Amino acid sequence: MTKAPHLLKGSMTYDTAMETGPDRALRHGDGTSSGNRMVEGPAGRKPRKVLSRRNILIYGTLIVVCLYYLLPLYVMIVTSLKGMPEIRLGNIFSPPVEITFQPWVKAWAEACTGLNCDGLSRGFFNSVRILIPSVILSIVIASVNGYALANWRFKGSETFFTILIVGAFIPYQVMIYPIVIMLREIGLYGSLTGLVIVHTIFGMPILTLLFRNYFASVPQELFKAARVDGAGFWAIYFQIMVPMSLPIFVVAMILQVTGIWNDFLFGVIYTKPDLYPMTVQLNNIVNSTQGVKEYNVNMAATILTGLVPLTIYFISGKLFVRGIAAGAVKG
Amino acid sequence: MEPSISIKNLSLSFGNLDVLKDLNLDVGQGEFLVLLGSSGCGKSTLLNCIAGLLDVTGGQIFIGGRNVTWEEPSQRGIGMVFQSYALYPQMTVAGNLSFGLKNAGLPKAEIKERVDRAAKVLQIEPLLNRKPAALSGGQRQRAAIGRALVRDADVFLFDEPLSNLDAKLRADLRVEIKQLHQKLSNTMIYVTHDQIEAMTLADRIAIMRGGQILQLASPNEIYNRPASKYVAEFIGSPTMNFFDGHLEETGGTYRFTSGGKTFSIDGYAFQDGPPAAGPAWFGIRPEHMVSGAEVETAPVRFDGHVELVEPLGSDTLVRLTIGDRTLWVRMDGQATIRHGDAISVGFDPTRANLFDKTTESRL
Repeated sequence: MTKAPHLLKGSMTYDTAMETGPDRALRHGDGTSSGNRMVEGPAGRKPRKVLSRRNILIYGTLIVVCLYYLLPLYVMIVTSLKGMPEIRLGNIFSPPVEITFQPWVKAWAEACTGLNCDGLSRGFFNSVRILIPSVILSIVIASVNGYALANWRFKGSETFFTILIVGAFIPYQVMIYPIVIMLREIGLYGSLTGLVIVHTIFGMPILTLLFRNYFASVPQELFKAARVDGAGFWAIYFQIMVPMSLPIFVVAMILQVTGIWNDFLFGVIYTKPDLYPMTVQLNNIVNSTQGVKEYNVNMAATILTGLVPLTIYFISGKLFVRGIAAGAVKG
Repeated sequence: MEPSISIKNLSLSFGNLDVLKDLNLDVGQGEFLVLLGSSGCGKSTLLNCIAGLLDVTGGQIFIGGRNVTWEEPSQRGIGMVFQSYALYPQMTVAGNLSFGLKNAGLPKAEIKERVDRAAKVLQIEPLLNRKPAALSGGQRQRAAIGRALVRDADVFLFDEPLSNLDAKLRADLRVEIKQLHQKLSNTMIYVTHDQIEAMTLADRIAIMRGGQILQLASPNEIYNRPASKYVAEFIGSPTMNFFDGHLEETGGTYRFTSGGKTFSIDGYAFQDGPPAAGPAWFGIRPEHMVSGAEVETAPVRFDGHVELVEPLGSDTLVRLTIGDRTLWVRMDGQATIRHGDAISVGFDPTRANLFDKTTESRL
């Protein structure tokens, strides 16, 4: 689309140049007509058609893919705004005739799971209480890990790193029961603290790798210069490395926020009904077998649960791309 | 006088790889020493050892008479300038300059005074509040030198500081570094692979290869009396012409035979007295070859064909084929020589360099 003005402008200048060629030559004080005059034939920017086959293919594909992804979201939003009688008519694509926010209110504050009838709000606040300490703790530890592994090569640092990476490939299922026993032994089984510890540990391999690669891409000479300037381990970390690494911290934050928020398995295993995170509670609302299936409430509850990661993506999308590009390729 | 830096039996190895081998070096007070060598010769490694950024495997390092072998870089009284400038990108120039002083716990007033003084010396006062990203390459390197300057160090270490700059700027900053040295008279150690930088800046040059110093001497000495064939080849561009031949002696006078041609090398000053006859390398620099009218008076003459001409403006480099070998000759820039011309060239053997065939050391 943006090519159109160029096309127009290009052809215009070409024409005028041909017409006013001799005039311009005179203005420049060049009497001979051959001076600046352009020869017949193509000149300047090559004109491009807007509706070329290439453009149709690219934009056509993009539009189809967009629809494919947006359609389910559309269905969810319209369904959540309808009343039950309207849903029973069975036309899932039609927009609501009578918009009602009652399903949203019910999903947030009234839906029952087990004995609690205070809706998703309980799960939301549980999730927040899990999310914030887990994200902060895992990022703080992993960034220091990555920094030490990248810049302070110590004896066995490579081995340590290898072990950590191998840890990332062990299936979670293998570790579930041992962790249950360990948490039980230290008296944290069924508490939010226990779940925070579990999330921190499981985030460690990938986050350490991320930070190590990013810090390894920071020029070594910068690190040497800081050492000559008398900065120690922590001074270099806080004053040199961290201020330079905002993008990778954002990436780590997004990975952790979405990962922990969307976690279901650990939440359901390591906590108890009062402390279930939002995802577990959503499942319990949607899959409850008693009474009528309230599709509108289910849809509203699902959107509510997905809202947090969605917001994070929208806020930090640009930084995320930059950080992924910087942290993942090198090293 | 007590040397400013003294390195005794220094060695460094990474696993099985010996990077520095039993190296000894004394640098005088206020001396400008250049470590010169090709990539991987250990020159930067040696500098990093002096700075304390690498732990040595053996030997000792003294700076200002103090044994600093085990000390942290910041306690060695050094300032260092890096190839990639290594300015902290999130700090302003003033922040970069004062970072080390803040770490050392100096009072605010003194930090400000020192930063201002260094900025004045380097003429970067207007840039003090800018971030490194907003500086040009030359300004960045000046700021990096400033960071070394504020430390009031006795010793400055430069690790290829001009390699990232374009040719013009490099020449300008080279002059500035030389002036800075004349003004401050600190001890400076400067690592480079650029022989022009080495020749112009150094009081003494240490030519390194394979973790050892091959020759440590003034630029003049290194140019005129290279200690080995490697040094002779390394210094000078185009490189020295070599003849593979035989050194013969008859009654105290020496002759050199090469490729069927024999000439007297009367007047050549041998390094350690008259040597025994035997196979040897004979080397003569392109700029010591003469052409045109001067050939008549030259003791040794050759006739050859021009194979290649490289006009540089000030000089013209000509590659000749003589029989089955090629020679480089540096001629006047105005010489009208063309490819295929037949010309005569000559030289004075007293300006030549003779090297033993097997040990490749100077005869």
